[in-house]
Amino acid sequence: MKLQLSDEDAAFREEMHTFFTTQIPQDVRDTVAARRELSKEQIVASVQAMNAAGIAVPNWPVEWGGKDWTPLQRHIWHEEMQLANVPPPLPFNASMVGPVIAAFGSQEIKERFLPKTANLDIWWSQGFSEPDAGSDLASLRTTAVRDPSTGSGGAGEYVVNGQKTWTTLGQYGDWIFTLVRTDPSVKKQAGISFLLIDMSSPGVTVRPIELIDGGHEVNEVWFENVRVPAENLVGEENKGWDYAKFLLGNERVGVAPVGSTKRTLSQAKEYAKTAGPGGTSLLDDPLVAAQIADLENEILALELTALRVVANSADGKPHPASSVLKLRGTELQQAVTELFVDLAGPLALASGAGEGSDVPDLARVATPNYLNFRKASIYGGSNEVQRQIIAGTILGLRG
Amino acid sequence: MDFQLDSEQEALRDAVRALLTKAYDTSETRRAVTKQDPGWDDKTWRQLAEMGVLGLPFAEEDGGMGAGPAEVAIVAEEIGRVIAPEPFVEAVVLAGGLVAAAGTAEQRAEILGAVAEGGLVPAFAHTEPASRYELTATGVTASGSGDSWTLDGVKEPVLGGARADLLIVSAAVDGGTGLFLVKPDADGLTRTGYATFDGGRAARVAFDDTPATPLGEAGADQSDVIAATVAQAQIAYGHESLGAMETALRTTTEYLKTRKQFGVPLMTFQALTFRAADMYVSLELARSTVSWATLVLLDASTGSTSADEVAEAASRAKLQVSKAGRHIGQEAIQLHGGIGMTAEYSVGHYMSRLTAIDHALGDGRHHLNRLVSTLGDHSVVDPLP
Ligand SMILES: Cc1cc2nc3c(=O)[nH]c(=O)nc-3n(C[C@H](O)[C@H](O)[C@H](O)COP(=O)(O)OP(=O)(O)OC[C@H]3O[C@@H](n4cnc5c(N)ncnc54)[C@H](O)[C@@H]3O)c2cc1C
Repeated sequence: MKLQLSDEDAAFREEMHTFFTTQIPQDVRDTVAARRELSKEQIVASVQAMNAAGIAVPNWPVEWGGKDWTPLQRHIWHEEMQLANVPPPLPFNASMVGPVIAAFGSQEIKERFLPKTANLDIWWSQGFSEPDAGSDLASLRTTAVRDPSTGSGGAGEYVVNGQKTWTTLGQYGDWIFTLVRTDPSVKKQAGISFLLIDMSSPGVTVRPIELIDGGHEVNEVWFENVRVPAENLVGEENKGWDYAKFLLGNERVGVAPVGSTKRTLSQAKEYAKTAGPGGTSLLDDPLVAAQIADLENEILALELTALRVVANSADGKPHPASSVLKLRGTELQQAVTELFVDLAGPLALASGAGEGSDVPDLARVATPNYLNFRKASIYGGSNEVQRQIIAGTILGLRG
Repeated sequence: MDFQLDSEQEALRDAVRALLTKAYDTSETRRAVTKQDPGWDDKTWRQLAEMGVLGLPFAEEDGGMGAGPAEVAIVAEEIGRVIAPEPFVEAVVLAGGLVAAAGTAEQRAEILGAVAEGGLVPAFAHTEPASRYELTATGVTASGSGDSWTLDGVKEPVLGGARADLLIVSAAVDGGTGLFLVKPDADGLTRTGYATFDGGRAARVAFDDTPATPLGEAGADQSDVIAATVAQAQIAYGHESLGAMETALRTTTEYLKTRKQFGVPLMTFQALTFRAADMYVSLELARSTVSWATLVLLDASTGSTSADEVAEAASRAKLQVSKAGRHIGQEAIQLHGGIGMTAEYSVGHYMSRLTAIDHALGDGRHHLNRLVSTLGDHSVVDPLP
């Protein structure tokens, strides 16, 4: 047992800290610190700065731009990034489709997509959920029917029909990776394929969904007789569910936001110092102080659990306790966004205030952020699904 | 950061586990033992001594094994897994720890050697009826000079105070809190023992012009020693609680698998399995913080963490365990239904023990208060020193 990082890991941490605090465009970091939405250009600029340094996709195989870092180093990379107000690389590219293509795609498909995916030259959207297929994802109904007679190269085309929904940032999407039903005659999990679709193809329609914070973050994506070259299939036909499970396992680890929650709490604490009546410190309010101290302790426990999990995860396979990280990580993320609203108090109402307002920016964004982050316990496998995994896989309680 | 045990530590864990699960094979065995004074089993205590467990944290020249916080943690966790009533944390880590930290070379050799052999069971008499969790003594005062001192006042509740072969008493001295040794047959000493709700024992210990020997330097303020030793005991208690919580959860999940109602096992009902999942989350989070506190304590021996850092880590562990212990203890009973309420069944005793530990050396609220007092000193809590 040992507390200190090894000299090597301590140096690595320092290196990451320096990189993220000096090499990422300042306006990106300022926007994150202000808890404002990033533009597409800012997200791309941030990823490309990381990719130029070779650290955008450390979780990929080395030959495709990954790093042979230890799980602890990967954790440090992720933490230092968040502490420096740097947005993590677009998850759809970096932790979802990239690893799937690298693990299951043909050499041709890897060469075609991986470099551009790492550099965010292609913006990927995730087309899994459907109106009637949420937690029960395998019940998805979007169909892909193979037409061997058409397409170039004689491989044929798939004709795709159906609807995806909740497609995050689909308005920016160049390509969408989808789960489609290729065999309706078998058990639902056995008839699903993993298909890559160019979103500029004829028959693809993207419609915005407005969320409770007033923002446009998710979309519906419709497919009407969309013709997709068969070479865009990843891996084998009807094996898509296996690839999806692999992807969702990675997603669960990716969404435990320790560093950003820690940073937001520290920001909230700083804000509290002058948020009392007449500019006094709310930290002198025993209830506020107790709540913040307690949250700090809970976040510490989460971070330490993340460290234990990375130390024990067998290569590639997510540790079973990673469900704890998703579940607790999003609960704490939400608790801190809620705290910020309480600290803002009546100023939390001024969400629409613009120039000339006397209300501090952090108070204005507090409630939209709070509302927005209710999503965190729904996506990435809802927290009920995580409890199901803990109860079933870890505790052996199968209903 | 590395939480893994090495092979020697694993061997220690396995040996202690084997001994204790044999000694406390059923909750009935434990119940029988806790019914009789002193509330624990002398034979088991001797076996622990033979294994070297009772001298684990003491220096070899004092008759101990020269092991560290990691080994103490391992033993405490095994004690907790079966809620063995033997006072490992109270007598060895806390009372023994005070002697190790404050005693003269002679006192250490004389007392700690006997503790390690199992022949002398000390207790720390500190809590006073009006002291809550303060580490200073006010209700018991010391007067005297040189080697000749007397104590006056009352300590209560003193865990293990009636059976103790030696009392280590905190008492007000000029300029602070001193530590004194009081023999069981000392004049003017009255000990009134009673049972505690967790099957343990406590006592009212009254001093009336009672002769006492200073532990370490005569009349000196030992506040720092007390604070440091209490922090060690708090962390060890954290591990004892982890063991108890783990068993309470395992017992509960086993019950959900086997107990049938409405013609199906209880685990058919998601309302119950989700609550078990939340218990697991509480346990794992507490495990992380407590194990980390032990790492912080380990580093104190090389000087890379300070006494304040250790005390803060101990408070963090105690807070997390207080919350987790209440959650898991309460839910363990609820998910069992009526059987969980009975003295015959085990989970209620686990909850009792967790409640007792929570209220020894500071409960969650007390430690949260301590953390509040330093809230403004840092921007984020960094687990690395
Ligand atoms: C902001 C946002 C962004 C998203 N982005 C994307 C994206 O980019 N791409 C994509 O494919 N999807 C995306 N999703 C979809 C997300 O993955 C789904 O919302 C999620 O899988 C839940 O499905 P559902 O919304 O249909 O809820 P349902 O599955 O209908 O669940 C409703 C409620 O019932 C609970 N529940 C469901 N099943 C069980 C069960 N067996 N036991 C107990 N409780 C259960 C759920 O936890 C939830 O509380 C996004 C969602 C949101 C909110």
